[in-house]
Amino acid sequence: TSLEGHLAALRGGIGMNMREMNQVLEVNSDDMDVRAQAGVTRKQLNSYIRDTGLMFTVDPGADASLGGMASTRASGTNTVKYGGMRDNVLGITAVLANGEVMHTGSRARKSSTGYDLKNLLIGAEGTLGIITELNIRLVGQPAAVSSAVCEFATLADAVNCTMAVIQTGIPVARVELMDALSCAAVNKYSKMELKELPTLFFEFHGSQASVEEQAQQTGEIAESFGASGFKWSSDAQQRGKLWEARHHAYWAAIALRGLPNLRGMPTDAAVPISRLADCVIESDADLQEVTQRTGLVGPLVGHVGDGNFHYCLAIDVTNPDEIHEAKAFSQRLAERAIRMGGTCSGEHGVGYGKLKYLEMEHGAAAVGVMRSIKAAMDPHNILNPGKMGSPIE
Amino acid sequence: KESRNKAKMHPSAACRMRAIVGVKRVVDYAVKVRVKADKSAVETTGVKMSMNPFCEIAVEEAVRLKEKGIVTEIIAVSVGPTQSQETIRTALAMGVDRGIHIKAEGEILPLAVAKAFKAVCDAEKPEIVILGKQAIDGDSNQTGQMLAALMGWPQASFASKVEIVDGKATVTREVDGGLETLAMSLPVVITADLRLNEPRYATLPNIMKAKKKKIDATDFATLGVDPTSKITTVKVEEPPVRAGGEKVADVDAVIAKLKEKGLVG
Repeated sequence: TSLEGHLAALRGGIGMNMREMNQVLEVNSDDMDVRAQAGVTRKQLNSYIRDTGLMFTVDPGADASLGGMASTRASGTNTVKYGGMRDNVLGITAVLANGEVMHTGSRARKSSTGYDLKNLLIGAEGTLGIITELNIRLVGQPAAVSSAVCEFATLADAVNCTMAVIQTGIPVARVELMDALSCAAVNKYSKMELKELPTLFFEFHGSQASVEEQAQQTGEIAESFGASGFKWSSDAQQRGKLWEARHHAYWAAIALRGLPNLRGMPTDAAVPISRLADCVIESDADLQEVTQRTGLVGPLVGHVGDGNFHYCLAIDVTNPDEIHEAKAFSQRLAERAIRMGGTCSGEHGVGYGKLKYLEMEHGAAAVGVMRSIKAAMDPHNILNPGKMGSPIE
Repeated sequence: KESRNKAKMHPSAACRMRAIVGVKRVVDYAVKVRVKADKSAVETTGVKMSMNPFCEIAVEEAVRLKEKGIVTEIIAVSVGPTQSQETIRTALAMGVDRGIHIKAEGEILPLAVAKAFKAVCDAEKPEIVILGKQAIDGDSNQTGQMLAALMGWPQASFASKVEIVDGKATVTREVDGGLETLAMSLPVVITADLRLNEPRYATLPNIMKAKKKKIDATDFATLGVDPTSKITTVKVEEPPVRAGGEKVADVDAVIAKLKEKGLVG
């Protein structure tokens, strides 16, 4: 259902619910791919293929549909190792505005033929065609998994440690950041006793020997950045305990103000990793000012391996001032991220909420081409009109 | 030196602990089951089939016992059509050593399955048999209990915890009143309940290794067991369609409706 009004029928219209188009069509274990209809969800798919030793890796948290994930170019906590939808969709079948059925992509792993229409559809948010089937790339279930947690004195230390781990070549599967406020929120909400410091949560996949080695190497690097309390485990139950705080983070953030009936409004900037610390420090200063004035708080959670982070703002949607403040903060953050060479949305997409940043981020030429493509593929603008690619009114 | 080597190659019977696990191929738990048009049975043509979830838990428990060094060999046994071999292969990929496929077509009821397992147990002489508590197609919850009775062995069904020490099994069972702990001497029959463990996924390397493991084929005739049942399935129907609910305006209306339906005084 998306987070930026992707599905809002700005001019009325017909909403298409793909939920019942939910068959897994063909599992190809030898080729490690699977063909499925757009309404299949990621948990449904992984349950279906659980006896093949393979898995679909993109994990945005929610049990999202494959078609929806493709339309929004979804990613998730393990994108740092396995990529997002762009890297894990091998082919798409879509129905075009004129009723034609178009096949894109190939079951071959490489092809140098034709324009890449498959990638055009990924992230097009339903404006260029209706996705009906996808061919999905699978990878082997990891033989072993280990997890680690540690705290840092400063956010910059945590970010620099992450960069060093990646540059060392450790194929980290997940690396998530929680700031001090997030840790405080989780302590309050889940009655835990975390140190209220920037904290990194790691996960490693591979053979038993490999995941132990990865965890130990990461521990040494973390120590060189002043990390404290480095704990790791390859036991399933203990790993769950190490990551428990991260799993509670969103709900803890909503509960932090101690008020009922708040709704979460997460931000979603992504910048080159080398600019992440600066971006967060500047945004934090901005947020402190907002907090002092209004009481709004924003615990931070970040996919730090991708330079992507979210402030979990919790707002009272019946209070227009709070909505205004939150939106204004979000706008300053989006502009800051673009200025730093990043994007106003790492994951949540454009919908109509972030349409206004498209030209700032991509430039007039690119946006012009987007409009031309949309006009060519959907001349009557019937597919999700008023969103990306639609002519300016 | 030679006698020492011989001792290494032939461990004494006291060290050997063989486990048999039962695995059944059933309609996958995620499938929305439909009844055939002629109401004779549930539709299974073209439907995704998987290992019964409670059998997965049984296999996982046996594999963990082997990893702890308590069990030395695990055999997976399945009664069913040719495709049941795929189910045995999944068990092999989880860590089972070899399989026995008892080939049979059509619905085979628990008593026949228990008798077939008895024949296998008489031949293989396991110390431990672990079955799923029930299969999600028949929901009978009988095979383990019947097998224990046929073998004259102690049984612990609905196991949520299993400990094996020095020839004795201590099993915690989930019962209506809470938890019950039993102590029994081997050999035993244990049936696995949901919270006994969380089964591992078979990884690709293990699936490939499993292709080389042995599955022996046999059938009821060879085992000397008569599979015919005294029970015939007469009809299979879907449950009645659930009637729609009704929204009312306020609490008074709720009370009025409840009174009208005779649900409150």
